[in-house]
Amino acid sequence: MNFAPLTLDLTVLVLGLLLLLLEAFDDAKEKSFLGWISVLGIAAIFGMSFLAAPQTALSAQLAPFYSGDALALFFKRFALGTTLLVLIMALEFRPVLSRYIPAAGKNAGLGEFFALPVFTCLGLMLMASAIDFVMIFAALELVTISFYIQVGYMRRNGASLEAGVKYLILGALSTGFFVYGITWIFGVTGQTNLARVGEALRALPLSAETAAYFAMALLFVGLGFKIAAAPFQLWAPDVYQGAPTPITAFLSVGSKAAGFVVLIRVLRPFLDAPATSGKAQFVLAAMALLTLIYGNLTAMPQLNLKRLLGYSSIAHAGYLLVALASWKSASAPTTVSFYLVGYLLMTLLAFLVLIVVQKATGGDNIAHFNGLGQRAPFLAFGMTIAMLSLAGVPFTAGFLGKFFVFADAVAAGQWWLVGVGVITVGAGFYYYLKVVRAMYWNVAKNAEPVVASRLTHLTIGVLVFLIFLFGVYPAPILNALK
Amino acid sequence: MSALNSLPILLIVLPVAAAIAILLGAAPKKTALLATAANLLLTLWLVFGYDQAAAGYQFTSATLLAPEWKLSFALGVDGLSLLLLLLTALVAFAAVWIAPRPEKLERYPSLYYACLLFIVAGATGAFASLDLFFFYAFHELALIPTFLLIGIWGSGDRITAAWKITIYLALGSFVLLIGLLALYLSLPADVRTFSIPGLQALALQGGVIPQTPWIYLTLLLGFGILISLFPFHTWAPQAYASAPAPAAMLHAGVLKKFGLYGLLRVALPLMPQAAQHWTNLLLCLLVGNILYVGLVTIAQKRLDTMLGYSSVMHMGYIFLGIAAFNPLGLTGAAMLLFAHGLSIAALFAIAGVVRERTGSLEFAKLGGLAKPMPFLGFTFGLAAFAAIGLPGFANFASELPIFFGAFSHAGKGLAFSNFQAAGIVALWGVVISAVYMLRGYRAAFMGEAPKRWAALPDLCGCLRPPILLLLAVLLITGFRPQLLIHLVTPTIKAVLAVPAP
Repeated sequence: MNFAPLTLDLTVLVLGLLLLLLEAFDDAKEKSFLGWISVLGIAAIFGMSFLAAPQTALSAQLAPFYSGDALALFFKRFALGTTLLVLIMALEFRPVLSRYIPAAGKNAGLGEFFALPVFTCLGLMLMASAIDFVMIFAALELVTISFYIQVGYMRRNGASLEAGVKYLILGALSTGFFVYGITWIFGVTGQTNLARVGEALRALPLSAETAAYFAMALLFVGLGFKIAAAPFQLWAPDVYQGAPTPITAFLSVGSKAAGFVVLIRVLRPFLDAPATSGKAQFVLAAMALLTLIYGNLTAMPQLNLKRLLGYSSIAHAGYLLVALASWKSASAPTTVSFYLVGYLLMTLLAFLVLIVVQKATGGDNIAHFNGLGQRAPFLAFGMTIAMLSLAGVPFTAGFLGKFFVFADAVAAGQWWLVGVGVITVGAGFYYYLKVVRAMYWNVAKNAEPVVASRLTHLTIGVLVFLIFLFGVYPAPILNALK
Repeated sequence: MSALNSLPILLIVLPVAAAIAILLGAAPKKTALLATAANLLLTLWLVFGYDQAAAGYQFTSATLLAPEWKLSFALGVDGLSLLLLLLTALVAFAAVWIAPRPEKLERYPSLYYACLLFIVAGATGAFASLDLFFFYAFHELALIPTFLLIGIWGSGDRITAAWKITIYLALGSFVLLIGLLALYLSLPADVRTFSIPGLQALALQGGVIPQTPWIYLTLLLGFGILISLFPFHTWAPQAYASAPAPAAMLHAGVLKKFGLYGLLRVALPLMPQAAQHWTNLLLCLLVGNILYVGLVTIAQKRLDTMLGYSSVMHMGYIFLGIAAFNPLGLTGAAMLLFAHGLSIAALFAIAGVVRERTGSLEFAKLGGLAKPMPFLGFTFGLAAFAAIGLPGFANFASELPIFFGAFSHAGKGLAFSNFQAAGIVALWGVVISAVYMLRGYRAAFMGEAPKRWAALPDLCGCLRPPILLLLAVLLITGFRPQLLIHLVTPTIKAVLAVPAP
């Protein structure tokens, strides 16, 4: 059996609608079965995606908007994998969530918490395939609007509401920039399809160059917000800290990955056209430099783990931008994809353990991890692996990602980025190992064991295994992109 | 590929498997001791099974992992790596044996032993790797266990020490990584490889590997930070002073040798002309190691920091041998890697026992310890003599060729060459190390014993063998240095065989 990539998108849509319907017709207070349906459904579609093959021949109506190439299929799997893990986290997170939701029933109002990520997943999958600015915009909005709801989901929690409002206002603003950029592109080239935009840019008359630069700058603003790159990163820490933890994980992985796919697709015309290539690379390099410095330096003094992970996600956006700024070495898209997979595994692993600890200790500060090595050796082990991978210790996927990034940067001769990157890696060792220190050096006040469900244990085991596997054997991912 | 070719893999797998078994509940000390003993026996098997007449890399195996990068998990040994594997196995065995019993450890007894075994696995992997990626990766693997060992079970200002060593070494490693990547990417695209023998074959062709000075400088800087080359040495003394004795033994004795091994294995043979470019810089820095750090060592008021600084100082001799870049100098440097590793491990082991008994290593509080503890006093004396470089110990046999190697670079007319000037400073270094070692020995073990130390028990018989083992090997190789010379000569010849462009 061989599915077309579009089948996957449609199946996810059906699953989302099914969940909403079940929610509406079900009076039961206990809605965790909705969660299980969403987990199993997404898992099944994730499995299906490995039977799907890249599709190049599409109908004439679809072809200008939608691509079924290897990159698209790869990021569809990425979106499905992320959503699956987020839904598993959401199951674990239910008790915390229901504390902050005003409703008659114990678990009332929880149903949508399992349906919304499915719609976000759909948006992420469409973004992976979008090759027309109109399609990109529609997919992006599907993702962003579903995130607006999810970020502010805990209605009786001030931090969550604050995060929701901040994300809404800044998100809407950045969308405005993005749309404005698209109109300028259309004005300059008369096209919205990316390939045709590329052709038009290559044959750009000198008089239109300034307008093209302006359009590019506007797109950078819009997408810079999505990937939380400096100087458009200010929203990230507050939103990450306030949002329900599974949603924070979703934002920091799903939203960022989708942002980078779009960035790769949107920038390709600009980076390949001689008129704009130099400027685009310069802007990317400048953004990378700022993002690296800002993300890493501000992460160092953090005491709250969610906030720390927020700043760390900015820092990782910096490394990813380094790869894009090294576009001259042809492997940049592969590097970004591989890095994102490593980032997915280690970040979601960290958030999964964080949710368990948050549930048991009632807080998400680094101090809440004190003595976890004694309270829950396996969770502490999982968290240690996540932190080591984030810091970039060899034999983990995180290290190999950095290895490829630095290789690209050296090959492209981006010496500034290499120099600053080495220093920020050193800074990273400090703030990631702070968590390891809390777990092993420090002593817990309360020595009760921390318990987690069997599914969580299994998921941690699988994630740790994958981090090590891709840390020494990157071939499956590199081949999937060919 | 015969079954023997998987011996190097076994050397790495054994400690890792033992560490996992310990974490899953096996008896920590017994399992660790068993694994390191097995490793020692396997290493001896390798040493005796190595065909010295054939030379080159033997017991090789390779698994291709990433075709685009020609990245493979390749292992194999030659004389130089065997020497370091033997050092690793000896020190590991001694360190695990001398480590405190699990019930004496307040927290995470199994993690303690697992960390020690991971350091052993990392060092073994680095010395047995024939692929630059894994050569690099295995070394950095040892970083995290060190962080935990110092942070959880360290003494004194353990928190500062643990952060300092971890961040310093992480930075050094990434500088090194950039150097290695730059070296790899500077090759023509069709011959790029991470394979160390492959790269050496390219170097022998001459002219294929670009001799870019700044790439060598990056490598020298990266390796130099890991070796505690002056002025990047400040992490070492503090870390060794705070680390638990077995961790200090493994790190100062074995792990720090990785950088020097890397210079001998990678940087020098691949970029000999680029290396010449920085010889004078290296001479200046190593004089800093010997003279400046030597004087700092004299000023120390504690036994542990004194040993830490002394281990930094002795790196200067090895750098001198490397800078000389002739058969004598390089052979001496390779031998001193081995000899210094054993002597500093013995010293840290003894210092660890003393700290456990007296609770302090401040010279002002110690004194006369040889009276209640004659065995410790005697062995510390021997190890200190070895570290100074007295004839009869391997250290003497290795320092001598280094001095001759440096001196054989004659200057113009009657003037001294820079090498000879550095050699003279290094000779004074021997005097300096005699001053601080003997001062330390006197302050800790000689003179009147304070009453409170009078009842201290000497080291029990069951813990004596590891220290005796280290000293015995030092004496045997000191009286018969040919054992070591035969082992490393083919490698040194290969390093020097690279033609000029």
